[in-house]
Amino acid sequence: MTILSTDHAHSLVGTDFSEKNLKAVLNGLPGVDAVGLEARAADLGTRSIKTSSKAWAIDKIISLIDLTTLEGADTPGKVHSLAAKGMLPDPSDTATPRVAALCVYGDMVGHAVDALGTLHGDPDAGLISIAAVATAFPSGRSSRAIKLADTRDAVAAGADEIDMVIDRSAFLSGRLGLVFEEIQAVKQSCVRTDGTSAHLKVILETGELNTYDNVRMASWLAMLAGGDFIKTSTGKVAPAATLPVTLLMLEAVRDWHAQTGQKVGVKPAGGIRTSKDAIKYLVTVSETVGEEWLTPHLFRFGASSLLNDVLLQRQKLSTGHYSGPDYVTID
Amino acid sequence: MSRLAVPKTYKLFIGGKFPRSESGRVYEILSTKGDFVANAALASRKDLRDSVVAARSALSSWSGATAYNRGQVLYRIAEVLEGRRAQFIEEIVSVEGATAAAAAKQVDDAIDLWVWYAGWADKYTQVAGNANPVSGPYFNLSVPEPTGVVAVIAPQASGSLLGLVSVIAPVLAGANTVVAVPRFDAPLTAISFAEVLATSDVPSGVVNIITGKPAELAPWFASHADVNALDLAGAGDLDWVDLQIAAAETLMRVLPPVEGVPAASLARITAFTETKTVWHTKSLI
Repeated sequence: MTILSTDHAHSLVGTDFSEKNLKAVLNGLPGVDAVGLEARAADLGTRSIKTSSKAWAIDKIISLIDLTTLEGADTPGKVHSLAAKGMLPDPSDTATPRVAALCVYGDMVGHAVDALGTLHGDPDAGLISIAAVATAFPSGRSSRAIKLADTRDAVAAGADEIDMVIDRSAFLSGRLGLVFEEIQAVKQSCVRTDGTSAHLKVILETGELNTYDNVRMASWLAMLAGGDFIKTSTGKVAPAATLPVTLLMLEAVRDWHAQTGQKVGVKPAGGIRTSKDAIKYLVTVSETVGEEWLTPHLFRFGASSLLNDVLLQRQKLSTGHYSGPDYVTID
Repeated sequence: MSRLAVPKTYKLFIGGKFPRSESGRVYEILSTKGDFVANAALASRKDLRDSVVAARSALSSWSGATAYNRGQVLYRIAEVLEGRRAQFIEEIVSVEGATAAAAAKQVDDAIDLWVWYAGWADKYTQVAGNANPVSGPYFNLSVPEPTGVVAVIAPQASGSLLGLVSVIAPVLAGANTVVAVPRFDAPLTAISFAEVLATSDVPSGVVNIITGKPAELAPWFASHADVNALDLAGAGDLDWVDLQIAAAETLMRVLPPVEGVPAASLARITAFTETKTVWHTKSLI
């Protein structure tokens, strides 16, 4: 029998997921040493990456990208061109790996399914998943019923992954029980009619949580509630993903794994635009939770413009001369 | 009472900022007598790459500005340059071993040349463009448009300021953005000139100056897919045929080396323009 993630949560919180019990666990987390955290993150960003490692890192980054378009102006055509790019990122070099997933709004999932065709599937098998943002993304300001319906719609349309936002209003006003219940309810809505379930990514929107202590608390709350992934940001709020915040979330994931044996994924999203930045994240992952986390089921980059920069670097490595924006698509 | 001199750190000029070389390298600038004058940053290919990125991102706003506005910005540079004559004369005397009179003449010539090119900024299209004669009820117009990002190797044996101005000014007048490698053994005036640019309304990234060895940097320019034209004015001592071959890979425009300082000419402006020809109906029926 598989152990449900709630079993892990019960072992930490007790039989009753009351707000009082949750707070007892979350308030018991040690405070974050902000200076130490930022110094550690800055230190991880100074690693020198040599050519062969860089070539490996660049292909790895591409295979971990959630190629994203989350605009009010998204059209079916835009989703189709995004899918085309995800399937064949660099037409001048067919050895370029595919991206891990496409990340779109719920109403665009059907178009993404059409566009991917037979290449829609598990990124572990070299195919491309479809992630949909749900629960009144990006603000999360609507009723529970609407959020759950939003989630069910996206799953029914064929989404493999759901990116939900937590209720920051409830979190910041101390109603942790409400946040917890909502994540659990969305997790329930991810279950398909055949009993399988879409993966749930929980967006903490760290730019609105104000303190590192809050980020640590929210990470644990999301994992206790059964999130398969914890994700930094929507990309609509500045600051989005930063290296210290991602490091902190990776540490939470590492500690959770040590206590429960369960592996939870991390997805920094927003603000990662260059291969140089992305490589810093790879270093941080492998030095914090280990290299086994560098797979599409445990680590993702939420990005749109990152892919072009990575492709330029890839072309530089393969041709030996600098490439330019004329040699990648305009998204 | 004697005063302790405060030596100046000469750095690169990339995207409106004055960074040190990414490589951390510097080289010594000596006077003609062999005395130490200053350290200058020795640019690497990554500094070159960053400069091209800066020049590319500055291109749309610089080429999109009105020609009149570009001309005014170029005049402004001449004004600020005039106000700092003394500093340039001192740098030329100390490094190039010129007499004060010769140095003053070089600075004046550079300012005059700059003003000459500034004047062309809103006039070269009228001269180089044309309404072509056609036998039909439509207009046919040819207009010169900027080539894009231009890399230049400044003259390596002539006056350092005049040489730099003679290759940068026509590129800017034609609404291109530029990455320049100044004279290797006398780069001080180039970096002081960058300070003039930084305080003269020139948008950041329009001019980038990287001090370094032309032999080391030129091949990276020639093979760079995001450089649109390469002016080899000061590359006479290099194997510039190979550079032309590398540049041909990406259909880059190349101007061959010249002896001394390139003379002021409209041809140097139009060398970095592309002619666009369009037709338009004479009237709507």
